[in-house]
Amino acid sequence: MEYVIEMLNIRKEFPGIVANDNITIQLKQGEIHALLGENGAGKSTLMNVLFGLYQPEQGEIRVKGKKVNITNPNIANDLGIGMVHQHFMLVEPFTVTQNIVLGSEPTKKTGVINVEKARKDIQEISDRYGLKVDPDAKISDISVGMQQRVEILKTLYRGAEVLIFDEPTAVLTPQEINELMEIMRSLIKEGKSIILITHKLKEIMEVCDRCTVIRKGKGIGTVNVAETNTNELASLMVGREVHFKTEKKQAEPKETVLTIENLVVKDARKVDLVKGLNLELRAGEIVGIAGVDGNGQSELIEAITGLRSAVSGKIKLNNKNITNKSPRKVTESGVGHIPQDRHRFGLVLDYSIGENIVLQTYYKKPYSKAKVLNYKAIYDQAQKIIKEYDVRTPSVYTKARALSGGNQQKAIIGREVDRSPDLLIAAQPTRGLDVGAIEFIHKKLIEERDKGKAILLISFELDEIMNVSDRIAVMFDGKIVADVKPEETSEQELGLLMAGSQVKEGDPNAIQ
Amino acid sequence: MPSNRLFTLLVPVVSVVMGLIAGAIIMHISGFNPIDGYSALWTGAFGDAYTIGETIRRSAPYILTGLSIAFAFRTGLFNIGAEGQVLVGWLAAVWVGLTIDAPMYIHLPLAILAAAVAGGLWAFVPGILKAKLGVHEVIVTIMMNYIALFTTNEIIRKVLTSGQTTTDTIAGSASLASEWMQSITFYSRVHYGILIALFAAAIMWFIIQRTTIGYELKSVGFNQHASRYAGMNVSKNIILSMVIAGMFAGLAGAMEGLGTYGNMSVTAGFSNLGFDGIAVALLGANTAIGVVFAAFLFGALKEGAGEMPTGAGIPTELVDIIIALIIFFVASSYIIRWVIVRFKKEGK
Repeated sequence: MEYVIEMLNIRKEFPGIVANDNITIQLKQGEIHALLGENGAGKSTLMNVLFGLYQPEQGEIRVKGKKVNITNPNIANDLGIGMVHQHFMLVEPFTVTQNIVLGSEPTKKTGVINVEKARKDIQEISDRYGLKVDPDAKISDISVGMQQRVEILKTLYRGAEVLIFDEPTAVLTPQEINELMEIMRSLIKEGKSIILITHKLKEIMEVCDRCTVIRKGKGIGTVNVAETNTNELASLMVGREVHFKTEKKQAEPKETVLTIENLVVKDARKVDLVKGLNLELRAGEIVGIAGVDGNGQSELIEAITGLRSAVSGKIKLNNKNITNKSPRKVTESGVGHIPQDRHRFGLVLDYSIGENIVLQTYYKKPYSKAKVLNYKAIYDQAQKIIKEYDVRTPSVYTKARALSGGNQQKAIIGREVDRSPDLLIAAQPTRGLDVGAIEFIHKKLIEERDKGKAILLISFELDEIMNVSDRIAVMFDGKIVADVKPEETSEQELGLLMAGSQVKEGDPNAIQ
Repeated sequence: MPSNRLFTLLVPVVSVVMGLIAGAIIMHISGFNPIDGYSALWTGAFGDAYTIGETIRRSAPYILTGLSIAFAFRTGLFNIGAEGQVLVGWLAAVWVGLTIDAPMYIHLPLAILAAAVAGGLWAFVPGILKAKLGVHEVIVTIMMNYIALFTTNEIIRKVLTSGQTTTDTIAGSASLASEWMQSITFYSRVHYGILIALFAAAIMWFIIQRTTIGYELKSVGFNQHASRYAGMNVSKNIILSMVIAGMFAGLAGAMEGLGTYGNMSVTAGFSNLGFDGIAVALLGANTAIGVVFAAFLFGALKEGAGEMPTGAGIPTELVDIIIALIIFFVASSYIIRWVIVRFKKEGK
């Protein structure tokens, strides 16, 4: 059997940790091969070894059967290996063409860049693989999905035969994900081979041929996707049974906690994004806000939490007006907030985990007294959160930056839930996390609900909305356009509502 | 990977050593004997009680300007304006020293306080511009340096004197001079200011490491979004950070005005205390204790430099070159880190 890439018994150690322990992955010509593992399982390390960023302590890499020694990314490039990074490596003010040729510019005899040739080459590659990229557009003007296609073009332009996709769908909308899948299929048709790093099982089932699973740095094995199912993949990855459907009792909503009346909020460009929104949330229920990104969800959350001022309308918490109060006032009146962007809002990455745990409470006893911090109390609290919420960190003194995304998120959730707020706002709480962490977080949210807390869940993943919510409020164009029960609706109906279609009362099939 | 703490210590030490070695090479190339040169430097800085006294005197303002820049830096701001803050602090201290008549236990603290307040106010301007309008503090502080230089000159000429270039000497009740310290250092100009400087270092450490104020300041410096989310007032913290930094620099002015000189003169150019403070902060890894050590090194180098022309015939410019080389090596600490890591790997 001909393999284009073989990584055999790779072992990579970092001080105090074995990131890759005896991992083997063999990529066949013309297949899409998934590399599946939890956050922090060692997927990225393995690919960085292949890409020449790390040198393995043991094991060997073969390209088309020949043993190679990849000591830097240029060698990987020369061998036809290209990487599409999760975080794009693009120069924003440059055009697509400039970005793609950067580092390997075609020149005329005089040494001047041959822009015409570059444009033509790029257009040609773009057409061949159906990438639909405008070579003259500026990066800052194009969508995230197109930026990713520019990254793909970059590797193809450099003659990549093997493309590594590092969690490519994390930043994409559902439509863009579908387009990406199409692109991957056409790449294969043209004879390329693909390694897809992911922890999204659906994607693997949909597009991959084979799947190699790693768990805690160890190679678990390779399976044919056609002969497996999501349950088996999940348990291979996590090492135990995983429940996709979160167990929960019927909700018992009690008194009203949050009331929003005719709320209007403008975004940074002074455009109304929330346009007279009404919403009510009771203790002991989870309300999921379903909607396509950009319909005012972020502005709604920011208005409730005091990060953005409301133009008009009223927000009441436990019957007290909290409209346009400062974030601290809102927090103190009983709101917890798991922010959508955990790196930007949720954590001070250069602070230790301990310091992050008291981000909103540092000025209170016992964490400080007369403005002097009590580090013992702070780290004791952090220790407690770490234990209760299974945050895997070397210590409470470790910088938040050093933790994996899932553990960062667990720390934030621990911090917010532990304050026991009456209203917990969870914005995309499981974005980018693996199934194990997702399961844990969903369980915690439901636990809080059962304790009588009101929970507002905002998510772009319909699965999550359907699975966790007791009530679903569909948000479209700055308003709540429908209020449905998850057991009385379908993903299809929700999808249409999210797109702005009207549904007749009581008849989900009659869509106008 | 070796522990970070060891690294922060090792990098400046190695930088200094490399700077000294490079200086020796330059001396050698220029036809001087490096050993003679360095022993003259040593004698000039620590040779006898007098030079030790002078070295300490020189170090005090370096500690304070170093603290000023380090403090701002720890909270995510670049205070390039320490120079101007020194000048206004100096002027304020001398002004109070000249015009107020009060017993020492009121007069001296008042003069010191005036220096701190003046420095703080001078830094308040870039602080509020940054906080409210997003104007970059580097631009504003640089401009504020020039405003400070020419304004203080003009005030000395027109307000504090009638057309003279130097003010009268301040009243004894506002002086930091210490007969006791002078007597044990053969009447050097050393003064009580060093105690203020060391105390200020302790204050900086305490604020940054132990208080909720420092927690907020650092948090805002690291991540404004998360700080706002956590309920902190970002604007207030930016302004506060600049003001505290300015107060440290203002105190450095008091060192000169109330201690070393007892007056203030019209100058054509900057004192360089504020600019050297940038190097001190960098060398001290922006920590209070590091700044103290770095300031003593700077004080010693500058003081010892005076001996090099007479003791070994080496021009003082060469000492400036050596200092510049040390800063160069600190600034390129990445290279030094890399060298150390390489060295450790091979040693294994």
